[in-house]
Amino acid sequence: MISSAPGRKKRKWEGSKALVHLLLLVAVFLICFPLYYAFVLSTQSMEEVMVTPQKLWPSSHLLENYVKIWARVNMGQLLFNSAVVALAVSLGKIAISILSAFAIVYFNFRGKQVFFWMIFVTLMLPVPVRIISTYQVVSELGWVDTYMGLIIPLIASATATFLFRQFYLTIPDELVDAAKIDGSGPLRFLWSVLLPNSGPSMAALFVVMFIYGWNQYLWPLMATSSDKMKVVVVGIASTIPSGTQPPEWNLVMAVAMMALIPPVLVVLFMQRYFMHGLLETEK
Amino acid sequence: MKKSNFKNPVLPYLLVAPQLVVVVLFFFWPAFDSLRLSVFTVSPFGDRMIFVGLDNFVNLLTSPEYYRSVYHSFLFSLGVTFSCLSVSLLLAVLVNQKIRGLAFYRSAILWTFGVAPPISGVIWLFIFHPTYGILSYLLARVTSLEFNWLLQEWVALVLVIFAASYAHLGYNVAFFLAALQNIPGTVVEAARVDGASGLRLFRSITFPLLSPVTFFLFIMNMVFSFFETFGIIHAVTQGGPGDATTIMVYKAYVDGFVHMRMGLSAAQSVILMALVIFLTVLQFRYTEKKVSYS
Repeated sequence: MISSAPGRKKRKWEGSKALVHLLLLVAVFLICFPLYYAFVLSTQSMEEVMVTPQKLWPSSHLLENYVKIWARVNMGQLLFNSAVVALAVSLGKIAISILSAFAIVYFNFRGKQVFFWMIFVTLMLPVPVRIISTYQVVSELGWVDTYMGLIIPLIASATATFLFRQFYLTIPDELVDAAKIDGSGPLRFLWSVLLPNSGPSMAALFVVMFIYGWNQYLWPLMATSSDKMKVVVVGIASTIPSGTQPPEWNLVMAVAMMALIPPVLVVLFMQRYFMHGLLETEK
Repeated sequence: MKKSNFKNPVLPYLLVAPQLVVVVLFFFWPAFDSLRLSVFTVSPFGDRMIFVGLDNFVNLLTSPEYYRSVYHSFLFSLGVTFSCLSVSLLLAVLVNQKIRGLAFYRSAILWTFGVAPPISGVIWLFIFHPTYGILSYLLARVTSLEFNWLLQEWVALVLVIFAASYAHLGYNVAFFLAALQNIPGTVVEAARVDGASGLRLFRSITFPLLSPVTFFLFIMNMVFSFFETFGIIHAVTQGGPGDATTIMVYKAYVDGFVHMRMGLSAAQSVILMALVIFLTVLQFRYTEKKVSYS
């Protein structure tokens, strides 16, 4: 680029760089503040919480609060249930989508188009538009308040099926021919050629689907009736009593922290995959 | 379709079976059943279903209460979509600059993708708390306006819009950022040579190039705020005060599961289904989603 006044230009750029930093620092502060505030509240006693404004640095009641609420709402069970649902939903979606995408790409069979179309249409049927009837199906199956009932209705995935289908279409035909010459069948090909190559796609889907599973609310709310089967995101609502009794906000915030740390860590540690997964699944 | 493929009369059916069973049992059947239920009502004793034709729909479409929930849904969804998209676009442009510490800034924004909407709701509920919340405290210092979401409908609406936007920020920034990174550097350079810079460059070059992703995100945010935010309402405002935050999905749930009016709730599900189909079709029409059926 030709510039008549490189010095001025450079200074201007340095100045705008500082402005970018400033804006970003403000943004990061505003975005992270609610999390920090929730954390600080979770370390305070109720007396400290009820002073307006609260002190904005951690107090000494962290352990006490977390231990108290852990026992009261059976936190271990809630977190365990959330982990089971999130893992089973994400891995289940990946597994059944790999199988259907494999069938759709590598076989010619009657009804293929219809099946593909049926999987696609699930995109237009989110849980809220079929709540009552889905609940009735699960209830007919005797799955209310079971892991089956929590998990199975959530594991169909049009997006994962599309992703694997797109990916398989990019795999050279020569590999199939080679496999055939070697005398290996379709399942062997899936297992020893396709799967080892699908790592990044699976990781990417895993992050997005794990968070989808962990953060479900409406379905777990309906599909469970006992406290033993509750997931943590639903459990938080029960820590805020709706009556006249004021909630113990420090304990509520402790639950919020425990409910959001696992999925946030997954996002942070798998950020590269997460970006990729998000973009691929929504393409 | 591959040119080279396997032949087996049974295997492909076995492979698609797991997904199809789930799809039929938990998607198609319930969707058709909702259609069926929407023309029935439960008898006063709750023991049998009475066919009522389109009465449920007539009931809804003549009830001011239902129109209010539609109105509140659109206020809420448009509020979330516009506030979240504009903030996200600004953030994405900022973290797309060539500056130090990008990895830190990006992580410090993108982590919000992991936050469940109801958890975000609970945290913002306290920030907005009329007595203890820090926001109410700060506002009380600079203005004498009352700011109490329990009493004021608009404050409650702002609260749930904040909570939903907060939980959806990471998602939007990720998409905008990816789109920005896909803009060829040469285009921007050429515009710079022509003397465009700063806001003008953004307005006449960058923003038009982002219009496909912006449209896509507009639809996705509408779908998100209509269908994925139930938890915020349920955990935080229970639709109140009055019915200020009773969005359509929440009303369908309350009518079906609290008031046990299955038919009425199913009719609402059918209307919501039409809405989500409309939004999805719109998205496919305009973004040329890479789906082909061969």
